[in-house]
Amino acid sequence: MRAQTLYDKLWQSHLVRTEEDGTALIYIDRHLVHEVTSPQAFEGLRLAQRTPWRVDSILATPDHNIPTANRAAGITDPIAKLQVETLDENCRQYGITEFTMEDARQGIVHVIGPEQGAILPGMTVVCGDSHTSTHGAVGALAHGIGTSEVEHVLATQCLVQKKMKSMLIAVDGEVTVGVSAKDIALAIIGKIGTAGGTGYAIEFGGEAIMNLSVEGRMTLCNMAIEGGARAGIIAVDEKTIDYFRGRPYAPAGALWQEAERYWRTLHSDDGAEFDAVIHIDAATIRPQVTWGTSPEMVVGVDGVVPDPAAESDTTRAEGIRLALKYMGLEAGTRITDITLDKIFIGSCTNSRIEDLRAAANLVAGRKVASTIKLALVVPGSGLVKRQAEEEGLDRIFTAAGFEWRDPGCSMCLAMNADRLSPGERCASTSNRNFEGRQGPGGRTHLVSPAMAAMAAINGRFTDITVES
Amino acid sequence: MEQFKQVDGIVVPLDRANVDTDAIIPKQFLKSIQRSGFGPNAFDEWRYLDQGEPGMACSDRPLNRDFVLNQPRYQGGEILLARENFGCGSSREHAPWALKDYGFRVIIAPSFADIFFNNCFKNGILPIVLEDKMVDRLFSEVVAKEGYRLQIDLEQQQIAGSDGGTLPFSVDPFRKQCLLEGLDDIGLTLRHLDEIRGFEQQHRKNCPWLFAEVTV
Ligand code: SF4
Repeated sequence: MRAQTLYDKLWQSHLVRTEEDGTALIYIDRHLVHEVTSPQAFEGLRLAQRTPWRVDSILATPDHNIPTANRAAGITDPIAKLQVETLDENCRQYGITEFTMEDARQGIVHVIGPEQGAILPGMTVVCGDSHTSTHGAVGALAHGIGTSEVEHVLATQCLVQKKMKSMLIAVDGEVTVGVSAKDIALAIIGKIGTAGGTGYAIEFGGEAIMNLSVEGRMTLCNMAIEGGARAGIIAVDEKTIDYFRGRPYAPAGALWQEAERYWRTLHSDDGAEFDAVIHIDAATIRPQVTWGTSPEMVVGVDGVVPDPAAESDTTRAEGIRLALKYMGLEAGTRITDITLDKIFIGSCTNSRIEDLRAAANLVAGRKVASTIKLALVVPGSGLVKRQAEEEGLDRIFTAAGFEWRDPGCSMCLAMNADRLSPGERCASTSNRNFEGRQGPGGRTHLVSPAMAAMAAINGRFTDITVES
Repeated sequence: MEQFKQVDGIVVPLDRANVDTDAIIPKQFLKSIQRSGFGPNAFDEWRYLDQGEPGMACSDRPLNRDFVLNQPRYQGGEILLARENFGCGSSREHAPWALKDYGFRVIIAPSFADIFFNNCFKNGILPIVLEDKMVDRLFSEVVAKEGYRLQIDLEQQQIAGSDGGTLPFSVDPFRKQCLLEGLDDIGLTLRHLDEIRGFEQQHRKNCPWLFAEVTV
């Protein structure tokens, strides 16, 4: 048999039918649902007098809209409240499992999925959210979808898809100490551009990737979409399998053994061919900081803000000029000379326990700089929060002057009260630095949790590989 | 879904690369549980000088006169001319809903982000990919001539200008058919109900752990 890529295997094992032109129906194993992209889908379903195909494939939780402080008081914004209540009501009506706002297991949909073992290797996963790519980290084929597709999967358990091209991004060798999965993700996007992966399923491989923990791999795959790829995947190895042992939704006993045998086949075969292959030398990756309004506008912390005059392509030069204007930055400014107003540690990219440990490690025994107006830590789920509290991380953060919040998307997209005011500059562990993403007029610099923590302490960006 | 056959409309040039869906429809409007009514808030942060919130009447808000949608010559535009990687970022279908609600039926760009591209077809918007050079040419023509229109014929897969020149474009045959006939994707898929059931049964045998009952 022809050597297959991991993507080939995942595709093939879920293929229901293919039309002559290549349009295919792909069976979906897990459907994650949240409040923002589902109401119109449920409504469409009802209008067409349809019902969900497989209720037990769905797991729902509110995350985008909910408050991260004083939750007992409920949601004050009436429009947001209605949206969350609509999710609760839809789940109740169809018997869908939902971790509601009051549930200790509630959290960001991409954090709770793997945490519960509701995502498993070899699954096909969808969610009405582009960061569904996160779940590829455990050898699952995960697609972010639109609301019409949410309705389609609810009604048919299938997604209409054409097979994508395949790309291998191999990060060879080892990274230097202080360089995290987030830095690898940003460095890759800096190299391929935000449209570099469009039309591809990207498999990440190479020593530096397989050295990452499963959580680190989630951070990386989470940002595959920022490189344009709808899906990012990583082969299953021992770490992946260990990660799932004992999780609530994971199989047990004989089923576990059967599953484990199958999971061990989830890697690209030797000699499998990719449509594109990119190699990156891990040793060259520095801690990354974005300076602009697109994740590809990124440099190493030892770099400077670029000069549009040095860019020969006119559209790109104009893009840089607009970004610098929005960001209030001058070409040639050293990254380490940029001072911050707010710090956000959280989001589906970097709110898992290891992220909080990495940040707490640098914060311990120090104080947030007096120039920082607000430093937030928002755990990715209620269970991450509990774990962190058991380890005493919350006390490290609060002693330093951080606020310790309840789980949710929070200032990643600022749909709730957590946001930047116009002109405020934030070091954020989230995934998007688009204009207004963290609040109208807000200025976002994407960084790793350790870099955000150090920025809080020093009030400006610091090269953590030199000085920590 | 509404059928799409031909559009003869004013072209609006949005000369920026990497326009993301946060820019097309800012997040505060995503709290709505409706599918309609997003048009007045399309490109909200670029279009208005104040900060838009859901429920605000947009007709009294101060306009950013420099923004292309606010220029008198582009009023009533149905064709959006854009740059590379249009629609990147969040998967929110509110972005095509907003564009459609505003009145756009066609978007022309050198490239689109995958999810957005897909979402357009589901909502009766035709996204057309043209070579960079062609897009450049259209940009200069639009800017040079007030009232510049294009005729888009999906059946013929052809763009015609007022000077009589035509340009072919390509479109996926399945998606073309769906747009032309206004077909409902779900209805189409459910024609293969038995095949889906058959697959599901086999899948259950191959991977029983995916179907095991969980009590959480
Ligand atoms: S944390 Fe941010 S990126 Fe992740 S799901 Fe929430 S809003 Fe989207």
